[in-house]
Amino acid sequence: MDAAFLTGQVFNGFSVASIYILAALGLALSFGLMRVINMAHGEILMVGSYLAYLTILFIPGPLGIFAAMLVAFIGAGLLGAGLEAALVSKLTARPLDTLLATWGVSLILQQGARDVFGATGVSVTAPAWLDGAITIGALPLPAARLFIMAVAVAVLGGLALFLRMTRVGLLVRAVNQDRATASAMGVNVRQVDAFIFGLGAGVAGIGGVVLALLGPVTPNVGQSYIVTAFLVVVLGGLGSMIGTTIAAVMIGLVMALAQIFVDVSFAQVLTLLFVVLFLQFRPQGVIAIRSRALDAE
Amino acid sequence: MTDLINLRSVSAAYGKGQVLWDVALDMKAGEAATVLGRNGVGKTTLMKTIMGQLPVSGGYIYVNGEEVTAMGAYQRARAGIGFVPQGRHVFPHLTVSENLEVGLAALARKGFKGPRKVPDMVFDLFPKLTQIANRKAGVLSGGEQQQLAIGRALAGQPSLLLLDEPTEGIQPNIVQQIEDALLRVRTELGVAILIVEQNLDFAWSFAERYFVMQRGRIVKQGKTAEDSAADIAKLVHV
Repeated sequence: MDAAFLTGQVFNGFSVASIYILAALGLALSFGLMRVINMAHGEILMVGSYLAYLTILFIPGPLGIFAAMLVAFIGAGLLGAGLEAALVSKLTARPLDTLLATWGVSLILQQGARDVFGATGVSVTAPAWLDGAITIGALPLPAARLFIMAVAVAVLGGLALFLRMTRVGLLVRAVNQDRATASAMGVNVRQVDAFIFGLGAGVAGIGGVVLALLGPVTPNVGQSYIVTAFLVVVLGGLGSMIGTTIAAVMIGLVMALAQIFVDVSFAQVLTLLFVVLFLQFRPQGVIAIRSRALDAE
Repeated sequence: MTDLINLRSVSAAYGKGQVLWDVALDMKAGEAATVLGRNGVGKTTLMKTIMGQLPVSGGYIYVNGEEVTAMGAYQRARAGIGFVPQGRHVFPHLTVSENLEVGLAALARKGFKGPRKVPDMVFDLFPKLTQIANRKAGVLSGGEQQQLAIGRALAGQPSLLLLDEPTEGIQPNIVQQIEDALLRVRTELGVAILIVEQNLDFAWSFAERYFVMQRGRIVKQGKTAEDSAADIAKLVHV
Protein backbone atom coordinates (compact mmCIF):
# COMPACT_ATOMS: atom_id res chain seq x y z
CA MET A 1 0.00 0.00 0.00
CA ASP A 2 1.57 3.27 -1.02
CA ALA A 3 1.42 6.55 0.79
CA ALA A 4 -0.52 8.32 -1.97
CA PHE A 5 -3.30 5.74 -1.81
CA LEU A 6 -3.50 6.06 1.96
CA THR A 7 -3.58 9.86 1.75
CA GLY A 8 -6.30 9.57 -0.86
CA GLN A 9 -8.40 7.43 1.45
CA VAL A 10 -7.90 9.87 4.33
CA PHE A 11 -9.03 12.65 2.00
CA ASN A 12 -12.09 10.59 1.10
CA GLY A 13 -12.76 10.05 4.79
CA PHE A 14 -12.81 13.78 5.44
CA SER A 15 -14.93 14.37 2.39
CA VAL A 16 -17.55 11.80 3.47
CA ALA A 17 -17.36 13.24 6.99
CA SER A 18 -18.26 16.67 5.58
CA ILE A 19 -21.53 15.29 4.24
CA TYR A 20 -22.25 13.56 7.54
CA ILE A 21 -21.63 16.83 9.36
CA LEU A 22 -24.15 18.66 7.19
CA ALA A 23 -26.65 15.81 7.55
CA ALA A 24 -26.18 15.35 11.30
CA LEU A 25 -25.90 18.94 12.57
CA GLY A 26 -29.62 19.61 12.31
CA LEU A 27 -30.44 16.35 14.07
CA ALA A 28 -27.96 17.12 16.82
CA LEU A 29 -29.24 20.68 17.27
CA SER A 30 -32.88 19.68 17.59
CA PHE A 31 -32.13 16.62 19.69
CA GLY A 32 -29.89 18.64 22.01
CA LEU A 33 -32.55 21.26 22.47
CA MET A 34 -35.82 19.37 22.42
CA ARG A 35 -34.86 15.70 22.82
CA VAL A 36 -36.83 15.13 19.63
CA ILE A 37 -35.80 12.56 17.05
CA ASN A 38 -36.81 13.78 13.63
CA MET A 39 -37.24 10.76 11.35
CA ALA A 40 -38.05 13.07 8.45
CA HIS A 41 -34.62 14.69 8.56
CA GLY A 42 -33.36 12.54 5.68
CA GLU A 43 -36.23 13.74 3.53
CA ILE A 44 -35.32 17.32 4.33
CA LEU A 45 -31.93 16.53 2.78
CA MET A 46 -33.82 15.12 -0.20
CA VAL A 47 -35.94 18.27 -0.50
CA GLY A 48 -32.70 20.28 -0.48
CA SER A 49 -31.40 18.14 -3.34
CA TYR A 50 -34.52 18.65 -5.45
CA LEU A 51 -34.49 22.38 -4.69
CA ALA A 52 -30.92 22.41 -6.00
CA TYR A 53 -32.07 20.62 -9.14
CA LEU A 54 -34.87 23.14 -9.72
CA THR A 55 -32.73 26.18 -8.97
CA ILE A 56 -29.99 25.10 -11.35
CA LEU A 57 -32.60 24.54 -14.08
CA PHE A 58 -33.51 28.19 -13.76
CA ILE A 59 -30.11 29.61 -12.92
CA PRO A 60 -27.49 27.61 -14.84
CA GLY A 61 -23.95 28.86 -15.02
CA PRO A 62 -21.06 29.01 -12.58
CA LEU A 63 -22.91 30.68 -9.72
CA GLY A 64 -26.05 28.54 -9.88
CA ILE A 65 -24.74 26.29 -7.13
CA PHE A 66 -24.57 29.19 -4.67
CA ALA A 67 -28.09 30.27 -5.56
CA ALA A 68 -29.14 26.64 -5.04
CA MET A 69 -27.62 26.60 -1.56
CA LEU A 70 -29.46 29.76 -0.62
CA VAL A 71 -32.77 28.47 -1.98
CA ALA A 72 -32.30 25.07 -0.32
CA PHE A 73 -31.34 26.65 3.01
CA ILE A 74 -34.41 28.88 3.04
CA GLY A 75 -36.81 26.30 1.55
CA ALA A 76 -35.72 23.44 3.80
CA GLY A 77 -35.59 25.81 6.77
CA LEU A 78 -39.18 26.91 6.23
CA LEU A 79 -40.23 23.27 5.79
CA GLY A 80 -38.52 22.42 9.10
CA ALA A 81 -40.07 25.35 10.95
CA GLY A 82 -43.48 24.42 9.55
CA LEU A 83 -43.00 20.81 10.61
CA GLU A 84 -42.06 21.97 14.10
CA ALA A 85 -45.03 24.28 14.43
CA ALA A 86 -47.61 21.90 12.94
CA LEU A 87 -46.46 18.61 14.43
CA VAL A 88 -43.42 18.39 16.67
CA SER A 89 -44.45 21.18 19.05
CA LYS A 90 -47.77 19.43 19.65
CA LEU A 91 -46.04 16.21 20.67
CA THR A 92 -43.18 17.44 22.85
CA ALA A 93 -44.13 15.36 25.86
CA ARG A 94 -44.56 12.20 23.74
CA PRO A 95 -41.21 11.22 22.22
CA LEU A 96 -42.42 7.92 20.75
CA ASP A 97 -45.31 9.65 18.99
CA THR A 98 -42.91 12.24 17.58
CA LEU A 99 -40.82 9.41 16.19
CA LEU A 100 -43.82 7.83 14.48
CA ALA A 101 -45.33 11.11 13.27
CA THR A 102 -42.07 12.33 11.71
CA TRP A 103 -41.60 8.90 10.15
CA GLY A 104 -45.02 9.35 8.57
CA VAL A 105 -43.95 12.75 7.28
CA SER A 106 -40.84 11.15 5.77
CA LEU A 107 -43.00 8.64 3.86
CA ILE A 108 -45.29 11.40 2.62
CA LEU A 109 -42.34 13.48 1.43
CA GLN A 110 -40.77 10.49 -0.34
CA GLN A 111 -43.99 9.63 -2.13
CA GLY A 112 -44.58 13.29 -2.93
CA ALA A 113 -41.15 13.52 -4.57
CA ARG A 114 -41.84 10.29 -6.49
CA ASP A 115 -45.12 11.72 -7.79
CA VAL A 116 -43.65 15.04 -8.82
CA PHE A 117 -40.20 14.10 -10.15
CA GLY A 118 -40.58 10.37 -10.89
CA ALA A 119 -38.88 7.43 -9.27
CA THR A 120 -35.83 7.29 -11.49
CA GLY A 121 -34.06 10.33 -10.23
CA VAL A 122 -32.77 13.48 -11.81
CA SER A 123 -29.26 14.78 -12.01
CA VAL A 124 -27.91 18.14 -11.16
CA THR A 125 -25.35 19.48 -13.59
CA ALA A 126 -22.48 20.73 -11.53
CA PRO A 127 -20.89 23.94 -12.79
CA ALA A 128 -17.80 23.42 -14.90
CA TRP A 129 -15.46 24.77 -12.24
CA LEU A 130 -16.40 21.83 -10.00
CA ASP A 131 -15.63 19.20 -12.66
CA GLY A 132 -11.88 19.10 -12.53
CA ALA A 133 -9.41 18.05 -9.92
CA ILE A 134 -6.64 19.84 -8.12
CA THR A 135 -3.47 17.76 -8.14
CA ILE A 136 -1.27 17.93 -5.09
CA GLY A 137 1.91 15.89 -5.61
CA ALA A 138 0.74 12.74 -7.38
CA LEU A 139 -2.69 12.97 -5.81
CA PRO A 140 -5.66 14.33 -7.76
CA LEU A 141 -8.25 15.82 -5.40
CA PRO A 142 -11.66 16.19 -7.08
CA ALA A 143 -12.81 19.81 -6.97
CA ALA A 144 -16.39 18.83 -6.08
CA ARG A 145 -15.20 17.02 -2.96
CA LEU A 146 -12.96 19.91 -1.94
CA PHE A 147 -15.96 22.20 -2.42
CA ILE A 148 -18.11 20.00 -0.14
CA MET A 149 -15.45 20.15 2.56
CA ALA A 150 -15.30 23.93 2.23
CA VAL A 151 -19.08 24.14 2.53
CA ALA A 152 -19.05 22.00 5.70
CA VAL A 153 -16.31 24.15 7.23
CA ALA A 154 -18.17 27.34 6.30
CA VAL A 155 -21.46 26.06 7.76
CA LEU A 156 -19.76 24.93 10.97
CA GLY A 157 -17.95 28.24 11.30
CA GLY A 158 -21.10 30.22 10.59
CA LEU A 159 -23.13 28.26 13.12
CA ALA A 160 -20.44 28.56 15.78
CA LEU A 161 -20.20 32.31 15.25
CA PHE A 162 -23.96 32.64 15.33
CA LEU A 163 -24.27 30.71 18.58
CA ARG A 164 -21.33 32.52 20.24
CA MET A 165 -21.84 36.06 19.06
CA THR A 166 -25.53 36.80 18.72
CA ARG A 167 -28.23 37.39 21.27
CA VAL A 168 -30.44 34.67 19.77
CA GLY A 169 -27.46 32.30 19.90
CA LEU A 170 -27.06 33.06 23.61
CA LEU A 171 -30.72 32.22 24.24
CA VAL A 172 -30.34 28.98 22.28
CA ARG A 173 -27.37 27.97 24.45
CA ALA A 174 -29.29 28.85 27.61
CA VAL A 175 -32.31 26.78 26.61
CA ASN A 176 -30.00 23.93 25.64
CA GLN A 177 -28.45 23.90 29.10
CA ASP A 178 -31.50 24.40 31.28
CA ARG A 179 -34.84 24.68 29.62
CA ALA A 180 -37.06 25.26 32.67
CA THR A 181 -34.78 27.95 34.08
CA ALA A 182 -34.42 29.74 30.74
CA SER A 183 -38.19 29.89 30.55
CA ALA A 184 -38.38 31.29 34.08
CA MET A 185 -35.95 34.04 33.01
CA GLY A 186 -38.38 35.17 30.29
CA VAL A 187 -37.05 33.20 27.30
CA ASN A 188 -39.80 32.04 24.95
CA VAL A 189 -38.48 28.48 24.64
CA ARG A 190 -41.05 27.38 22.07
CA GLN A 191 -39.94 30.13 19.73
CA VAL A 192 -36.32 29.07 20.24
CA ASP A 193 -37.33 25.46 19.46
CA ALA A 194 -39.04 26.37 16.20
CA PHE A 195 -36.11 28.55 15.21
CA ILE A 196 -33.51 25.85 15.86
CA PHE A 197 -35.59 23.19 14.14
CA GLY A 198 -35.82 25.45 11.12
CA LEU A 199 -32.11 26.29 11.24
CA GLY A 200 -31.19 22.59 11.48
CA ALA A 201 -33.45 21.82 8.54
CA GLY A 202 -31.87 24.66 6.57
CA VAL A 203 -28.41 23.16 7.17
CA ALA A 204 -29.76 19.79 6.01
CA GLY A 205 -31.04 21.58 2.90
CA ILE A 206 -27.47 22.74 2.16
CA GLY A 207 -26.41 19.13 2.77
CA GLY A 208 -28.93 18.10 0.13
CA VAL A 209 -27.36 20.47 -2.38
CA VAL A 210 -23.90 18.98 -1.96
CA LEU A 211 -25.33 15.45 -2.16
CA ALA A 212 -26.75 16.40 -5.54
CA LEU A 213 -23.19 17.08 -6.74
CA LEU A 214 -22.15 13.50 -6.05
CA GLY A 215 -24.88 11.47 -7.66
CA PRO A 216 -28.42 11.37 -9.00
CA VAL A 217 -31.19 12.85 -6.87
CA THR A 218 -33.83 10.24 -6.09
CA PRO A 219 -36.77 10.25 -3.66
CA ASN A 220 -34.69 7.94 -1.43
CA VAL A 221 -31.50 9.94 -1.47
CA GLY A 222 -31.93 11.02 2.14
CA GLN A 223 -32.30 7.46 3.38
CA SER A 224 -28.78 6.47 2.41
CA TYR A 225 -27.28 9.12 4.68
CA ILE A 226 -29.69 9.40 7.53
CA VAL A 227 -28.78 6.18 9.36
CA THR A 228 -25.15 7.22 9.47
CA ALA A 229 -26.21 10.69 10.52
CA PHE A 230 -28.02 9.17 13.50
CA LEU A 231 -24.88 7.17 14.32
CA VAL A 232 -22.88 10.40 14.21
CA VAL A 233 -25.29 12.13 16.60
CA VAL A 234 -25.18 9.25 19.09
CA LEU A 235 -21.41 8.90 18.89
CA GLY A 236 -21.00 12.66 19.24
CA GLY A 237 -22.76 12.78 22.59
CA LEU A 238 -26.33 13.70 21.65
CA GLY A 239 -26.52 17.35 20.95
CA SER A 240 -23.02 18.77 21.14
CA MET A 241 -21.86 20.55 17.98
CA ILE A 242 -18.17 19.85 18.57
CA GLY A 243 -18.98 16.25 19.46
CA THR A 244 -21.00 15.85 16.28
CA THR A 245 -18.14 17.21 14.17
CA ILE A 246 -15.53 14.96 15.77
CA ALA A 247 -17.84 11.95 15.49
CA ALA A 248 -18.51 12.65 11.81
CA VAL A 249 -14.78 12.78 11.11
CA MET A 250 -14.19 9.57 13.09
CA ILE A 251 -16.92 7.70 11.24
CA GLY A 252 -15.85 9.10 7.87
CA LEU A 253 -12.24 8.04 8.46
CA VAL A 254 -13.13 4.58 9.79
CA MET A 255 -15.35 3.99 6.77
CA ALA A 256 -12.79 5.21 4.25
CA LEU A 257 -9.83 3.42 5.83
CA ALA A 258 -11.78 0.17 6.23
CA GLN A 259 -12.40 0.28 2.50
CA ILE A 260 -8.68 -0.18 1.91
CA PHE A 261 -9.03 -3.74 3.16
CA VAL A 262 -12.67 -4.73 2.60
CA ASP A 263 -15.53 -3.83 0.29
CA VAL A 264 -18.06 -1.06 0.95
CA SER A 265 -20.75 -3.14 2.65
CA PHE A 266 -18.31 -4.77 5.00
CA ALA A 267 -16.77 -1.37 5.72
CA GLN A 268 -20.20 -0.29 6.95
CA VAL A 269 -20.35 -3.31 9.24
CA LEU A 270 -16.94 -2.42 10.63
CA THR A 271 -18.05 1.18 11.15
CA LEU A 272 -21.09 0.06 13.12
CA LEU A 273 -18.87 -2.26 15.15
CA PHE A 274 -16.53 0.65 15.84
CA VAL A 275 -19.43 2.78 17.12
CA VAL A 276 -20.71 -0.05 19.33
CA LEU A 277 -17.24 -0.64 20.80
CA PHE A 278 -16.62 3.07 21.31
CA LEU A 279 -19.88 3.44 23.20
CA GLN A 280 -19.01 0.42 25.34
CA PHE A 281 -16.03 2.32 26.68
CA ARG A 282 -17.50 5.81 26.54
CA PRO A 283 -21.28 5.54 26.73
CA GLN A 284 -21.73 9.31 26.96
CA GLY A 285 -20.22 9.80 23.48
CA VAL A 286 -17.35 12.03 22.41
CA ILE A 287 -18.46 15.16 24.26
CA ALA A 288 -20.67 14.84 27.31
CA ILE A 289 -22.43 17.90 28.62
CA ARG A 290 -21.48 17.81 32.25
CA SER A 291 -20.65 20.29 34.95
CA ARG A 292 -20.63 20.90 38.64
CA ALA A 293 -24.06 22.48 38.54
CA LEU A 294 -25.58 19.56 36.67
CA ASP A 295 -23.79 16.95 38.77
CA ALA A 296 -25.47 18.37 41.84
CA GLU A 297 -28.88 17.34 40.51
CA MET B 1 -54.80 48.59 45.96
CA THR B 2 -54.57 45.58 43.65
CA ASP B 3 -52.55 42.70 45.00
CA LEU B 4 -49.16 42.19 43.36
CA ILE B 5 -49.82 38.48 43.40
CA ASN B 6 -52.91 36.54 44.32
CA LEU B 7 -53.44 32.79 44.39
CA ARG B 8 -57.01 31.54 44.73
CA SER B 9 -57.54 27.91 45.78
CA VAL B 10 -54.59 26.72 43.73
CA SER B 11 -53.95 23.00 43.38
CA ALA B 12 -51.02 21.38 41.62
CA ALA B 13 -49.95 17.83 40.91
CA TYR B 14 -47.07 15.81 39.55
CA GLY B 15 -48.91 13.32 37.36
CA LYS B 16 -51.53 11.73 39.60
CA GLY B 17 -49.89 12.76 42.84
CA GLN B 18 -51.46 15.97 44.08
CA VAL B 19 -48.98 18.13 45.97
CA LEU B 20 -50.76 21.46 46.54
CA TRP B 21 -54.29 21.64 47.92
CA ASP B 22 -56.44 24.73 47.81
CA VAL B 23 -53.64 27.22 48.41
CA ALA B 24 -54.59 30.87 48.88
CA LEU B 25 -51.82 33.43 49.08
CA ASP B 26 -51.62 37.14 48.40
CA MET B 27 -48.92 39.77 48.57
CA LYS B 28 -48.84 43.51 48.04
CA ALA B 29 -46.13 45.44 46.21
CA GLY B 30 -42.94 45.78 48.22
CA GLU B 31 -43.92 43.21 50.85
CA ALA B 32 -41.65 40.47 52.13
CA ALA B 33 -43.10 37.13 53.10
CA THR B 34 -41.68 33.74 53.95
CA VAL B 35 -42.97 30.26 53.33
CA LEU B 36 -42.09 27.87 56.15
CA GLY B 37 -42.51 24.15 56.52
CA ARG B 38 -40.71 20.86 56.76
CA ASN B 39 -39.15 19.11 53.76
CA GLY B 40 -41.67 17.68 51.36
CA VAL B 41 -44.67 19.79 52.34
CA GLY B 42 -44.82 21.46 48.90
CA LYS B 43 -42.81 24.69 49.32
CA THR B 44 -40.78 24.21 46.17
CA THR B 45 -43.87 23.08 44.29
CA LEU B 46 -45.61 26.26 45.38
CA MET B 47 -42.73 28.37 44.02
CA LYS B 48 -42.70 26.47 40.72
CA THR B 49 -46.44 26.85 40.45
CA ILE B 50 -46.29 30.60 40.98
CA MET B 51 -43.47 30.82 38.42
CA GLY B 52 -45.44 28.73 35.93
CA GLN B 53 -42.91 25.91 35.69
CA LEU B 54 -45.62 23.57 36.92
CA PRO B 55 -49.16 23.99 35.60
CA VAL B 56 -51.98 24.30 38.12
CA SER B 57 -54.58 21.55 38.26
CA GLY B 58 -57.12 23.92 39.76
CA GLY B 59 -57.57 27.50 40.94
CA TYR B 60 -56.42 30.88 39.65
CA ILE B 61 -53.28 33.00 39.80
CA TYR B 62 -53.30 36.77 39.29
CA VAL B 63 -50.33 39.11 38.89
CA ASN B 64 -51.17 42.82 39.28
CA GLY B 65 -54.82 41.98 38.79
CA GLU B 66 -54.21 40.15 35.50
CA GLU B 67 -54.95 36.45 35.37
CA VAL B 68 -51.83 34.48 34.48
CA THR B 69 -53.10 30.96 35.30
CA ALA B 70 -52.76 29.71 31.73
CA MET B 71 -49.52 31.56 30.97
CA GLY B 72 -46.18 29.84 30.61
CA ALA B 73 -43.18 30.65 32.78
CA TYR B 74 -41.67 33.07 30.25
CA GLN B 75 -44.84 35.15 30.16
CA ARG B 76 -44.93 35.34 33.96
CA ALA B 77 -41.27 36.36 33.99
CA ARG B 78 -42.22 39.14 31.59
CA ALA B 79 -45.14 40.04 33.85
CA GLY B 80 -42.56 40.85 36.53
CA ILE B 81 -41.80 37.67 38.48
CA GLY B 82 -38.12 36.96 39.10
CA PHE B 83 -37.10 33.45 40.16
CA VAL B 84 -34.13 32.09 42.07
CA PRO B 85 -34.71 28.33 41.96
CA GLN B 86 -33.61 25.82 44.54
CA GLY B 87 -30.17 24.51 43.63
CA ARG B 88 -29.45 27.83 41.85
CA HIS B 89 -29.70 26.45 38.28
CA VAL B 90 -27.18 28.80 36.73
CA PHE B 91 -26.39 27.99 33.09
CA PRO B 92 -23.17 26.03 33.67
CA HIS B 93 -21.54 26.52 30.26
CA LEU B 94 -22.33 30.22 30.00
CA THR B 95 -20.10 32.85 31.54
CA VAL B 96 -21.28 34.97 34.44
CA SER B 97 -22.05 37.93 32.18
CA GLU B 98 -23.87 35.69 29.69
CA ASN B 99 -25.98 34.27 32.52
CA LEU B 100 -26.92 37.80 33.52
CA GLU B 101 -27.78 38.68 29.91
CA VAL B 102 -30.21 35.76 29.70
CA GLY B 103 -32.00 37.37 32.64
CA LEU B 104 -32.69 40.38 30.42
CA ALA B 105 -35.13 38.27 28.39
CA ALA B 106 -37.76 39.12 31.00
CA LEU B 107 -37.56 42.76 29.89
CA ALA B 108 -39.44 41.86 26.69
CA ARG B 109 -42.54 43.03 28.53
CA LYS B 110 -45.22 45.42 27.41
CA GLY B 111 -44.37 49.02 28.06
CA PHE B 112 -40.75 48.48 29.10
CA LYS B 113 -38.79 51.44 27.76
CA GLY B 114 -35.45 51.48 29.58
CA PRO B 115 -32.13 50.20 28.25
CA ARG B 116 -31.86 46.42 27.82
CA LYS B 117 -28.72 46.02 29.89
CA VAL B 118 -27.87 44.48 33.23
CA PRO B 119 -28.59 47.21 35.80
CA ASP B 120 -25.56 48.56 37.68
CA MET B 121 -27.23 47.77 40.98
CA VAL B 122 -26.69 44.05 40.32
CA PHE B 123 -22.92 44.61 40.45
CA ASP B 124 -23.38 47.02 43.31
CA LEU B 125 -25.16 44.33 45.32
CA PHE B 126 -22.73 41.60 44.31
CA PRO B 127 -19.34 43.18 43.50
CA LYS B 128 -17.85 39.70 43.15
CA LEU B 129 -19.78 39.23 39.89
CA THR B 130 -17.68 41.95 38.23
CA GLN B 131 -14.45 40.13 39.06
CA ILE B 132 -15.67 36.78 37.77
CA ALA B 133 -17.64 38.13 34.79
CA ASN B 134 -15.81 35.99 32.22
CA ARG B 135 -15.74 32.71 34.12
CA LYS B 136 -18.05 29.82 33.30
CA ALA B 137 -20.84 29.58 35.86
CA GLY B 138 -20.41 25.81 36.19
CA VAL B 139 -17.00 26.15 37.85
CA LEU B 140 -18.03 28.75 40.44
CA SER B 141 -18.47 27.97 44.14
CA GLY B 142 -21.97 27.53 45.51
CA GLY B 143 -21.95 31.00 47.05
CA GLU B 144 -20.84 32.63 43.81
CA GLN B 145 -23.49 30.72 41.88
CA GLN B 146 -26.14 31.87 44.32
CA GLN B 147 -25.11 35.51 43.95
CA LEU B 148 -25.24 35.01 40.19
CA ALA B 149 -28.68 33.39 40.34
CA ILE B 150 -30.06 36.31 42.34
CA GLY B 151 -28.33 38.84 40.07
CA ARG B 152 -29.74 37.09 36.99
CA ALA B 153 -33.28 37.28 38.37
CA LEU B 154 -32.80 40.97 39.22
CA ALA B 155 -31.50 41.73 35.71
CA GLY B 156 -35.09 41.29 34.53
CA GLN B 157 -36.16 44.08 36.95
CA PRO B 158 -38.95 42.08 38.61
CA SER B 159 -41.56 43.48 40.95
CA LEU B 160 -41.72 40.16 42.81
CA LEU B 161 -38.71 37.99 43.55
CA LEU B 162 -39.24 34.33 44.41
CA LEU B 163 -36.34 32.71 46.27
CA ASP B 164 -36.28 29.00 47.02
CA GLU B 165 -33.82 28.25 49.84
CA PRO B 166 -31.18 30.76 48.74
CA THR B 167 -28.84 29.96 51.64
CA GLU B 168 -29.02 26.17 51.39
CA GLY B 169 -25.55 24.63 51.28
CA ILE B 170 -23.76 27.98 51.24
CA GLN B 171 -20.85 28.75 53.57
CA PRO B 172 -21.83 31.00 56.51
CA ASN B 173 -19.86 34.13 55.59
CA ILE B 174 -21.50 34.17 52.14
CA VAL B 175 -24.92 33.55 53.69
CA GLN B 176 -24.50 36.83 55.54
CA GLN B 177 -23.66 38.67 52.29
CA ILE B 178 -26.69 37.20 50.55
CA GLU B 179 -28.98 38.14 53.39
CA ASP B 180 -27.62 41.69 53.43
CA ALA B 181 -28.14 41.95 49.67
CA LEU B 182 -31.73 40.73 49.96
CA LEU B 183 -32.43 43.37 52.59
CA ARG B 184 -31.13 46.01 50.20
CA VAL B 185 -33.21 44.61 47.33
CA ARG B 186 -36.24 45.11 49.50
CA THR B 187 -35.50 48.48 50.99
CA GLU B 188 -33.65 50.20 48.14
CA LEU B 189 -35.37 48.68 45.11
CA GLY B 190 -38.80 48.12 46.66
CA VAL B 191 -39.01 44.63 45.15
CA ALA B 192 -41.48 42.33 46.89
CA ILE B 193 -39.88 39.08 48.04
CA LEU B 194 -41.37 35.67 48.71
CA ILE B 195 -38.73 33.44 50.25
CA VAL B 196 -38.59 29.78 51.23
CA GLU B 197 -36.01 29.60 53.97
CA GLN B 198 -34.88 26.97 56.47
CA ASN B 199 -33.11 29.49 58.66
CA LEU B 200 -36.07 30.58 60.78
CA ASP B 201 -34.18 33.38 62.55
CA PHE B 202 -33.36 35.10 59.29
CA ALA B 203 -36.80 34.46 57.77
CA TRP B 204 -38.46 35.90 60.84
CA SER B 205 -36.39 39.06 60.97
CA PHE B 206 -36.53 39.57 57.21
CA ALA B 207 -40.19 39.00 56.39
CA GLU B 208 -43.23 40.84 57.69
CA ARG B 209 -45.60 38.00 56.87
CA TYR B 210 -45.33 34.24 57.02
CA PHE B 211 -47.13 31.24 55.57
CA VAL B 212 -46.75 27.84 57.22
CA MET B 213 -47.27 24.79 55.00
CA GLN B 214 -48.14 21.26 56.00
CA ARG B 215 -48.92 18.46 53.56
CA GLY B 216 -49.49 20.74 50.61
CA ARG B 217 -51.75 23.22 52.39
CA ILE B 218 -51.18 26.58 54.00
CA VAL B 219 -52.22 25.84 57.58
CA LYS B 220 -51.31 29.10 59.22
CA GLN B 221 -50.42 32.60 58.16
CA GLY B 222 -49.84 35.83 59.95
CA LYS B 223 -47.51 38.73 60.65
CA THR B 224 -44.08 38.05 62.07
CA ALA B 225 -44.41 41.06 64.38
CA GLU B 226 -47.53 39.63 66.02
CA ASP B 227 -46.55 36.00 66.53
CA SER B 228 -43.61 34.37 68.19
CA ALA B 229 -41.05 32.51 66.14
CA ALA B 230 -40.84 29.87 68.84
CA ASP B 231 -44.52 28.94 68.42
CA ILE B 232 -44.12 28.69 64.66
CA ALA B 233 -40.97 26.61 65.08
CA LYS B 234 -43.11 23.90 66.65
CA LEU B 235 -45.22 23.74 63.51
CA VAL B 236 -42.26 23.77 61.20
CA HIS B 237 -39.93 21.32 62.92
CA VAL B 238 -40.76 17.82 63.99
